[in-house]
Amino acid sequence: MQLQQMYQEIILDHYKNPHHRGLRDPFEAEVHHVNPTCGDEVTVRVHLEGEGPDAKVVDVSYDGQGCSISQASTSVLTDLVIGRTVGDAFGTMDSFVELMQGRGRIEPDEDVLEDAVAFAGVAKYPARVKCALLGWMAFKDAVARVVDGGQA
Amino acid sequence: MTTTAAPLDVAALKADFPILARTVREGKRLVYLDSGATSQRPRQVLDFERQYIETANAAVHRGAHQLAEEATDLYEGAREKIADFVGVGFDEVVFTKNATESINLVAYAFGNATFSDDPAAKRFALGPGDEIVVTEMEHHANLLPWQQLAQRTGATLKWFSVTAEGRLDLSDMDELITPRTKVVAFTHQSNVLGTINPVSVLVAKAQSVGALTVLDACQSVPHSTVDFKALGVDFAAFSGHKMLGPSGIGVLYGRSELLQAMPPFITGGSMIEQVFMDHSTFAPPPQRFEAGVPNTSQAIGLGAAVDYLSALGMDRVAAHEHELTGAALSGLQEIPGVRIVGPADNVDRGSAVSFVVDSVHAHDAGQVLDSLGIEVRVGHHCAWPLHRKLDAAATVRATFYVYNDLADVQALLDGVRETQKFFGVGA
Repeated sequence: MQLQQMYQEIILDHYKNPHHRGLRDPFEAEVHHVNPTCGDEVTVRVHLEGEGPDAKVVDVSYDGQGCSISQASTSVLTDLVIGRTVGDAFGTMDSFVELMQGRGRIEPDEDVLEDAVAFAGVAKYPARVKCALLGWMAFKDAVARVVDGGQA
Repeated sequence: MTTTAAPLDVAALKADFPILARTVREGKRLVYLDSGATSQRPRQVLDFERQYIETANAAVHRGAHQLAEEATDLYEGAREKIADFVGVGFDEVVFTKNATESINLVAYAFGNATFSDDPAAKRFALGPGDEIVVTEMEHHANLLPWQQLAQRTGATLKWFSVTAEGRLDLSDMDELITPRTKVVAFTHQSNVLGTINPVSVLVAKAQSVGALTVLDACQSVPHSTVDFKALGVDFAAFSGHKMLGPSGIGVLYGRSELLQAMPPFITGGSMIEQVFMDHSTFAPPPQRFEAGVPNTSQAIGLGAAVDYLSALGMDRVAAHEHELTGAALSGLQEIPGVRIVGPADNVDRGSAVSFVVDSVHAHDAGQVLDSLGIEVRVGHHCAWPLHRKLDAAATVRATFYVYNDLADVQALLDGVRETQKFFGVGA
């Protein structure tokens, strides 16, 4: 059944028990993103150490309200990027965005995306892709504000 | 709602809507509960529009050839049908692209009047000290044009709030509508809550201070008998695609005397009287407000939709929807963990039924319903301030129309229970 393909157990687990949720100090940038079609929103803070693409993502904290897809994907994001360099994190993000925009035709690489492969089924529902990307786009924006000195 | 006429024969009229025969999501029967967003179209409307294109298509109000004559007659004939349908004069119906454009037309015309030298336009002018009153339950289409007009002119925007039950809070009406008020814009029937607002109370108050009234009738005209003259509003807007008609066609009603005095919004071809290099004069209404070649086949199609609805009888349509709404309201309230957003009693309300399922986001509920073939709207339904006020980030909305029946309501109720089961919540 298509519904189970979309709502993988991994997604429902992250939704019910989100990882790294809550806003924490310290942070260098905080952004607030909304999905204008449904009103879902997320606030993301990033704490980086170092400069440029080699800067380390020390912490990503967030708060928000939204559907299972947007909340779970933000939780998965934190697992994937905390402790990595900005360059690595953006590489993973590119893979995730490619997967989500692939209309279900892209085979995800589990070594890169880990739990995020569970979102492959969501990519078949164009209306929900924005939900899955909400937290990721906020993270990208927040990092860019630090790394590019607000030029994002 | 009492009516002596026989109820709608839904089984028979369903056959007029080819789309209802298709299946969705792996063979599920289509249960279309999103007519509040856009309605489906009967063959009669499609055939009429097609017949016009195949036999009489031409640019209206321009050519002198036979096709142009026939096209113009059909286009103006549609205007007459629509005017009759809402109880107004033929020259009081302006065709637009949709209701959003209709409301913007009024707001921009008021803005143009503000900066006009024409003494006749002065009555529409706005400036610092003037006030525009709206309500918290407005669709964005009846909020943003006024918000923006206030910003452009320096006027102040004020609004009625909404009670927890989803009714308009009229307790501070005397403070809100005062001699400073120039415009009162409000919805006839909320697209989220279903609430039918007391038009006569608001119109009487607005008239007592000399304010103009603008009615968003998008959710009332398709579903019940509406007579703008009887309601006494100065302007009203509705869309064709929500009343079995084509998309790309909307209507603005404006009281004749007001349209005569009002400056145009969009200028260009066919809205003129005389044109010189440095100035121009304008055609009388409604042509003054219909610059450019209009959406002709869509207007003609809307005329056919009005014929279709008139043949059904709007009182019967309203009675039918009232029955479905009652069944949906009582059925949803029997499900633990479901909360109606809007009046829970089936009084002074239309067929928009919005609700939240505890612990399940509206998007997720909508996804499960969609997997069962039940097409509902999820989100804030272009009424974000209202959702914020009612503390619901997003709701699920079912809307009913002529082709829905009690089996559709039952499918919705079963689908909501299925949703709770899927996410492991509820009873």
